[in-house]
Amino acid sequence: MIKKKTPKERRIILKHADNPGYSNKLDCYLKNDGYAMLKKAFKMKPEEIGEEVLKSGVRGRGGAGFPAGMKWKFLDRKSGKPIYLICNADESEPGTFKDRQIMHKDPHQLIEGMMIAAYAIQAKQAFIYIRAEFFEGARILEEAIAEAKAKNFCGDKILGSSYSCDLVVHRGAGAYICGEETGLIESLEGKRPNPRIKPPYFPAVLGLYQCPTIVNNVETLCNVKHILEMGGEEFSKIGKPNNTGTRIWCVSGQVQKPGYYEFECGALTLGEMIYDVCGGLLPGRTLKAVIPGGSSSKILRADERFSGKLKDGTEFDWGIDDIPLDFDGPTSAGSMSGSGGIIVMDDTVDMVEAMANINAFYAHESCGQCTPCREGSLWMKKITTRMCGGGARKEDADLLLSVANQIEGRTICAFGEAASWPTQSFIAKFRDEFEDKAQNGSTKPPLQLI
Amino acid sequence: MELSEETLSKIEDLIPKYPEKRSAALMVIHLVQDELGAISDDACSWIAEKLEVEPINIKELITFYPMLRETPWGKKHVRVCRTLPCALRGSYGTCKVLEEKLGVKEGHVREDGEFSIEFMECLADCGEGPVVMVGEETFENIEGKNAEKFADLLVQEKLNSSKDFVSYEKSLVTKPPSSKTTKKK
Ligand SMILES: Cc1cc2nc3c(=O)[nH]c(=O)nc-3n(C[C@H](O)[C@H](O)[C@H](O)COP(=O)(O)O)c2cc1C
Ligand code: SF4
Ligand code: FES
Repeated sequence: MIKKKTPKERRIILKHADNPGYSNKLDCYLKNDGYAMLKKAFKMKPEEIGEEVLKSGVRGRGGAGFPAGMKWKFLDRKSGKPIYLICNADESEPGTFKDRQIMHKDPHQLIEGMMIAAYAIQAKQAFIYIRAEFFEGARILEEAIAEAKAKNFCGDKILGSSYSCDLVVHRGAGAYICGEETGLIESLEGKRPNPRIKPPYFPAVLGLYQCPTIVNNVETLCNVKHILEMGGEEFSKIGKPNNTGTRIWCVSGQVQKPGYYEFECGALTLGEMIYDVCGGLLPGRTLKAVIPGGSSSKILRADERFSGKLKDGTEFDWGIDDIPLDFDGPTSAGSMSGSGGIIVMDDTVDMVEAMANINAFYAHESCGQCTPCREGSLWMKKITTRMCGGGARKEDADLLLSVANQIEGRTICAFGEAASWPTQSFIAKFRDEFEDKAQNGSTKPPLQLI
Repeated sequence: MELSEETLSKIEDLIPKYPEKRSAALMVIHLVQDELGAISDDACSWIAEKLEVEPINIKELITFYPMLRETPWGKKHVRVCRTLPCALRGSYGTCKVLEEKLGVKEGHVREDGEFSIEFMECLADCGEGPVVMVGEETFENIEGKNAEKFADLLVQEKLNSSKDFVSYEKSLVTKPPSSKTTKKK
């Protein structure tokens, strides 16, 4: 057999981050052509930048994968109200740790991307909403912003122009729901982060202080700089149609080399990621399941087949290893690429325990506004925890499924789906293990997950 | 309730950064909590007055957000990640070791107020799990034997001098984290 070449990373966002000697200081950033794109941006008309972003096809890296250029187009510019830009740096989806790398190692890239975006949408003010557990990240950003301000890259009359935009680092306080964009906005207004119902509260129309607001993920905003550098057209050639640019995949769980890896969209498959890039599974283990896009995405079983028709009409019939790592691949396989957090599980994992672990997360993080979500997530946690404690019943799998089905589609925000998809998919794919728990009780688990 | 000049001046600088005063709530609470360890009813009222809202508007934040406190954590607060990626790497064992060696159950403060442990949700460093934070610093791959050594050093107050566990962030820190996290009640 010919040994396949290990797929090569293509680093755009993390181009410099891990280079020896590269620091998060301004002088280092400037030595590497830092803020050159901001200067270029200020020679363009704001709407020209928006056009480039639209042409690039870049999709949001925060979870939903919505095209950024389109989102910017939805901005209500006629209202006459001030416009705000918010960078979503809440990074709370279990399995995701890419924004952390960017903010710690290359904060000026984010600032430059943000100031270009702010100018393009003519924002009055910009915020970075960062999760409060990133103590170091917030400090690094504060220092970087101070440096950038001193050199007139943000703040008053940027680069001597008539455009001013202040950039403020705002820390959350440990709640996952602050990652949901309307919850984030409530939180930034100094309230409980209870998400708002859409419609009418689309941030681009009624966002922060009921003003038009753009919320984008850290990685998305960094891409803006590179779109300007290459031009939207060139950028759109990276990756695949509808899946443009690179993505930083975060691999965690039971592989030899967990970590973050940046690849062109579609440059490799899930199998190549696990075996070639991450060094395969731990010694003596076999693959059991993969959660491809953060804990909210549906689980994929190692031995299932995924078949159907792609958007362009081509038919596919994939094993788990064949799933292309881009936006559409995991979606075609019935899951999603979400935030890019790939969680790998091997044959030592008890699926009911893994489920119980995930359910504990959602029960803890529901904001509590919607009854199905608040009660349902707690029920699902209670049932799976009881199952792991030796109290499993024959009807539990169906009970769990019925609870999950009654959450999905009946809530204010997508947390409802995020909480029910894991349960629905675990039961669909590992029902035998849930039933076995009821039959044979809890066998001593090799791993403790709950 | 009394706050240091430093905190007071930070608060004064902070509020005008926001288009509306109330937006500064979380940041002001963080500053007050960093100094006092927790937000008392008095502190609640003080912050509310500062931001021109009702005390309940501050109270409802303290009671919602997991990191805001009505009673202080220990002098050294230890956060252990509980969520699936870290659990797959042994974080439940790590938490147990820490509970035993530090002499306090997760979710609690040791009687002498020295240590507290919080077994909490994903810390966004899942590639290096199990992840443990002590105060504001992150430590990675704390599992098994490693966890015991880690806990021993922590108890002996020698953790900061150990290079073994220090996360990649350490090399990036320009100024070492201040030790202001939580002061005695
Ligand atoms: C429950 C929930 C949690 C979310 N958490 C995050 C998060 O931590 N970080 C993030 O960037 N987006 C998160 N999102 C997605 C945001 O709502 C929003 O779509 C995103 O910030 C938009 O940025 P993008 O278009 O650049 O991806 C979350 C969504 C939901 C429903
Ligand atoms: S779905 Fe859950 S998290 Fe979202 S608003 Fe409703 S209760 Fe809150
Ligand atoms: S699961 Fe532990 S840091 Fe994410």
